[in-house]
Amino acid sequence: MIEQLTQIFFSLLILSGIAALLAFLIEVAHAYIADYGECQLSINNEKELTVKGGSPLLFTLMEEEIYIPSACGGKGSCSLCKLKVVEGGGPVLPTETPYLCQEEIENNVRLSCQIKVKNDLKIEIPEELFLIREFNVKVDRIEELTHEINGLHLTVQNSEEGLNFKPGQYAQLKIPKYTKTKQSEYRAYSIASAPKNKFDIRLLITKVPSGAVSTYVHDYLKKGQDLKMTGAFGDFYLRDSDRDILMIATGSGLAPFLSMLHHIKDHGITRNTVLFFGDKATEDLLCMEEISSFETTLPNFTFKPILSRVKDKDKWKGEKGRVTDLIEKHVVRNSSIDVYICGAPVMVKSCMDLLAKKGIPEECIMFDKFE
Amino acid sequence: MIKLDAGTIFFAAIFTNNILLTNFLGLCPFLSISRDVRSSLGLGFAVIFVMTCTTALNHIVYYHVLVPFHLVHFRFIVFIIVIASFVQLVEMSIERYFPPLYHVLGIFLPLITVNCAILGAALFMIIRGYSLIQATAYGAGSGIGWMLAIICVGSIREKIEKSAKLPKGLEGPAITLIITGLIAMAFMAFSGMIQIQ
Repeated sequence: MIEQLTQIFFSLLILSGIAALLAFLIEVAHAYIADYGECQLSINNEKELTVKGGSPLLFTLMEEEIYIPSACGGKGSCSLCKLKVVEGGGPVLPTETPYLCQEEIENNVRLSCQIKVKNDLKIEIPEELFLIREFNVKVDRIEELTHEINGLHLTVQNSEEGLNFKPGQYAQLKIPKYTKTKQSEYRAYSIASAPKNKFDIRLLITKVPSGAVSTYVHDYLKKGQDLKMTGAFGDFYLRDSDRDILMIATGSGLAPFLSMLHHIKDHGITRNTVLFFGDKATEDLLCMEEISSFETTLPNFTFKPILSRVKDKDKWKGEKGRVTDLIEKHVVRNSSIDVYICGAPVMVKSCMDLLAKKGIPEECIMFDKFE
Repeated sequence: MIKLDAGTIFFAAIFTNNILLTNFLGLCPFLSISRDVRSSLGLGFAVIFVMTCTTALNHIVYYHVLVPFHLVHFRFIVFIIVIASFVQLVEMSIERYFPPLYHVLGIFLPLITVNCAILGAALFMIIRGYSLIQATAYGAGSGIGWMLAIICVGSIREKIEKSAKLPKGLEGPAITLIITGLIAMAFMAFSGMIQIQ
């Protein structure tokens, strides 16, 4: 019996020994062979960074606090982390080819999660990505706007310059692990406050049944609590042009337009601006005081709300129907306007179809779908 | 068992006892990568290299560690971890020192760790009682045989994709298995020439 036990013990010992030896060998190799020393990163011919080589470019840049958008976590499957590697990237890897078209390959576009920093690299990053930062934010107050939408006011803590964003862009709000989630989660929300207030950020958060982050914000989050926020992201923002502006929103899709309207007011922009806002009933209307204040302060602003399910007792004097009815009625065929649409995917799709029929060119329509 | 010299074992492993076409080992990467000749070549070279080295390495580990310590029953686990660590080390080294080679073999190396043909070769050499030289020859031969098979199928698949229109149900793995079966039958015709098992 003792002999058999010794035998088992001995076997396990030898087996573990072999495994440990091999693991040790790999660790040593990792430290010596996979050590690429220090490498120079030259970004947009302006910035020079000295970084430790050996990791994928995406993570190296993240260490340097340059956040390239990535949804898959560096697994090479979302293709969001594309950037231009002008020099030193080496040949295109087989793992990249499925995500790059011929034109991109000719322009040295690469997946930053796949190429490792092994030598000096010269890369080009779109300017706006430099503005993306992770911030510590404190909950200043939570304001109940409607029965399902809360306004979350956050104060940026650990930054001297605050959150720089263009009106219409979004931020990612990260919540800690709680009873309904397995890990910390983050979701994207459009910023609904004025871009000039870089420290006071407002997000509009609709309660989604079984939504991890929105449930947390509505039912668990307390005033004074600390959270993390990354931003600003997105190419849905107010463009400079001399065309009139048409904004179309439903529900909390109003958020980016509030930011845009503040921006228009703060910068004295005089372009004709119309906001179509659609929802169900009068109790769903939000931020009405704020919007009516724009009607008095902005010289060329018109607000057109429309409700689809009004009851007689609500005494609603405005239009009845959906935002598409407003487009049908008020948008002049072939007019020269910039259209911004934000809300549910179905609404965005039907508005786009209708606008196309009205002869509005596709490049003048910007949209942000809530999915 | 008839004693065979290393050269005979080498050729037998390529033609008469092809590990893929007569033992049907290593079929999963074979089915997915054989879409075109270029990647087939890359994977083929990686298999030859890893198979030759790990068969020799496992031979040494088996006869100098496992047998003296009476741990033969652990050979499956030990062989697999030896193969996995070897592949990892090789990947790291060629990435550092031979970048052009890394671009050809790079992504295939981790795939090979779980290629059962590699473990199969290591187990066969034990069953058949090969010496170190015979085992190395057998590993190299099996690797070359595996590459030969994947290139045959790869080029046929590429040709079919360009010229023939297949019925929907036969596309992809279905036609590959049929082609592989036909080639396997052709290879079995060689098997009367040398017997190694």
